[in-house]
Amino acid sequence: MSLTISRAFVDAIVAQSRAEYPDECCGAILGPVGSGTPTRLLPMINAAHSPTFYEFDPKDLLALYREVDDNDEEIVVIYHSHTETEAYPSRTDIAYAGEPGAHYVLVSSRKEIAPAIEFRSYRIIDGVVTEEEVSITE
Amino acid sequence: MSIEVRIPTILRPFTKDQKAVVATGATLTALITDLDQQYPGIGDRLLENGALRRFINIYINDEDVRFLGSLEAPIKDGDSVTILPAVAGG
Repeated sequence: MSLTISRAFVDAIVAQSRAEYPDECCGAILGPVGSGTPTRLLPMINAAHSPTFYEFDPKDLLALYREVDDNDEEIVVIYHSHTETEAYPSRTDIAYAGEPGAHYVLVSSRKEIAPAIEFRSYRIIDGVVTEEEVSITE
Repeated sequence: MSIEVRIPTILRPFTKDQKAVVATGATLTALITDLDQQYPGIGDRLLENGALRRFINIYINDEDVRFLGSLEAPIKDGDSVTILPAVAGG
């Protein structure tokens, strides 16, 4: 299992995480249904506006799923940032992970590793976290 | 009265992989009761201690049921119901 993602998307997610610091940022990357390829980045508003929690606004969530259906797309990546901890799924991330087909991407810009950024990807299925390789294409 | 209910991927193991099913009920409670009779176990994934689970979103047409009376939300013929797990975490 692995995630192949373009440098432009990685950079955009990192930039969003910095812009929304100290709150967590979040969003999704869509792709053609069945392709598993992330092609369209959709930054979302963190309705929780919190440094320790994120949630897509329920109205935005419905609009997102409608759009995905209408365009024959699927949610390939669900991403969010951790601001003070490592880029590893928290207990709540695991408890609420509801898309068994998605890559769950986490970024962290925590101070201990600055200016480096962690960018990691996982599958979260039935409470089991499996980290996967990330290949970045230029 | 038959209502189309759209089922998210994570609950499709209950509905034999169907993306949409048909159920009946004049309120959300009645609809969930009917769904659970047709697809045993699904009700427990939607409700907790008799209330809607915090991280399950249910919409009647375009509106979040939390603004329509939650479990008491009225449903009428021709409405469509969508269930989506929240995208959330810490």
